[in-house]
Amino acid sequence: MSKSIQEIQDEIIEEFALLDGDQEMTNFYIMELGQKLQDMEDSLKTEDNIIKGCQSKVWVVPRTESDTLHFLADSNSAITKGLVSLLVRIFDHQRAEDILNADLYFIDKIGMNRFIGTQRSNGFAAMIKQIKLFALVHKDRIKADQ
Amino acid sequence: MRVYLDNAATTQKPTSVIEAIRYYYEHDNANIHRGVHTLAERATSAFEETRRALQGFLGAREVEEIVMTKGTTDGINLVANTYGRANVKKGDEIIITAMEHHSNIVPWQMLCEEKGAKLRVVSVDEQGDIVMDALKQMLSEKTKIVSVVYASNSLGTVNPIEEIIDLAHAQGAVVLIDGAQATAHFDINVQALNCDFFVFSAHKVFGPTGTGALYGKRRLLEKMPPYQGGGEMINNVTFEKTTYNDIPYKFEAGTPNIADVVAFRKALEFVQELGKINIHAHEQQLLKHAHEVMEQIPGLNIIGKAKDKVSVVSFVVDGIFHFDIGQMLDARGVAIRTGHHCTQPLMEQYGLEGTARASFSVYNTIEEIDSMVEGLEKIVKMMRK
Repeated sequence: MSKSIQEIQDEIIEEFALLDGDQEMTNFYIMELGQKLQDMEDSLKTEDNIIKGCQSKVWVVPRTESDTLHFLADSNSAITKGLVSLLVRIFDHQRAEDILNADLYFIDKIGMNRFIGTQRSNGFAAMIKQIKLFALVHKDRIKADQ
Repeated sequence: MRVYLDNAATTQKPTSVIEAIRYYYEHDNANIHRGVHTLAERATSAFEETRRALQGFLGAREVEEIVMTKGTTDGINLVANTYGRANVKKGDEIIITAMEHHSNIVPWQMLCEEKGAKLRVVSVDEQGDIVMDALKQMLSEKTKIVSVVYASNSLGTVNPIEEIIDLAHAQGAVVLIDGAQATAHFDINVQALNCDFFVFSAHKVFGPTGTGALYGKRRLLEKMPPYQGGGEMINNVTFEKTTYNDIPYKFEAGTPNIADVVAFRKALEFVQELGKINIHAHEQQLLKHAHEVMEQIPGLNIIGKAKDKVSVVSFVVDGIFHFDIGQMLDARGVAIRTGHHCTQPLMEQYGLEGTARASFSVYNTIEEIDSMVEGLEKIVKMMRK
């Protein structure tokens, strides 16, 4: 049984608490998380797969697995790649319904807006919106198939 | 420690400037150029003192040749909308360079679209210098306006504007100099330069944001139609016809940013007391040091290696996104700029999405540059792991 969205968020909150608000350490930690992301083929890094509203390039590609979703993601910015990896970790292999209803309280809890600034926060919000949009489309498809 | 190395974006303000804003609101606040009461007189006189100070600062022949603006962008838009609209016709050409800030591209693009004129762009070479031969070939009797940046905000290049002005005048074109990045660093004398228009912003010269100046030659300013309509810029208004005020007031519609204009004078005094020669010498020392130590960092490439530069170092690091460099330096308390610096066409020419940029001012030190470099070295090491 895989972990729930809530369980994963709580894990992330615990990990970030260990960094004790040290901005430099937090940046390096985020980048380390990004390095653990599953590789994305270059052929998927197309204009269509870019998330609009980010300063750097971020690609997110969903794969559907019956009622759950699997995500591939990458970025030309190491920090952004780390940030999107947090979302992949939370939403990977979750049900479309759960992704849509997810309340991402970890963002406030880890004080993300403080260490990534307004521009990146807007970009991060755009990534979440896009992932939820993928979930909505998938949910509608499941419904249509039934 | 907080290290501020984003002076090309805006400079920090001396206490005298901050105090002047406070003093104005506490002691002299009133609307200017109207009202006979003492406060209005004091406010008007303080405002006009800045104009006189600017005349001296820029070496203008007459005080009426100084128009108070919101800043560089406002000044360029004013010239494009007045001189430009009155003088540029279908088939005419306006010349800019590839290193212009968006504020010295878009107003001319808009004018060209409206008039059916052509915007021509002089190329910039690998080092970051204007290709003068390209300019010479481009200039013709069709050229009506040449608008050039004195010093580039993203490369630091100081352009040979004296030569450009002479070449343009030989073809009968007028020349606007965008002095935003130059005015804090070296002496400006608009009469010696013989430019037709010169624009700059107070906030890049230790003054407040939201104000700046346009210098224009009297004979040009007088012939130009007004810019915005409203109070101050009129001589007489009836519903049938309005006659306009004299220069510079016909370009200054509405209540201006009085307090900041008044404080602007303190910024000019700050520069004059330090002496531009001393400021320039200190900044050049910082620039030289920065180039030397930054070039030692593996994978770091400095973008913009012109012969003559202001204290701006734009750079990229192989495999590291510029935004990440900015964020990681910020975590260490070092403020630099990242992005395209409002010069997207230039970035495109160099095949870059953006750069990281450190820019130094008179109050920066060698130690501060070293602290940035220490941060950069650590970032490069961590990211290469």
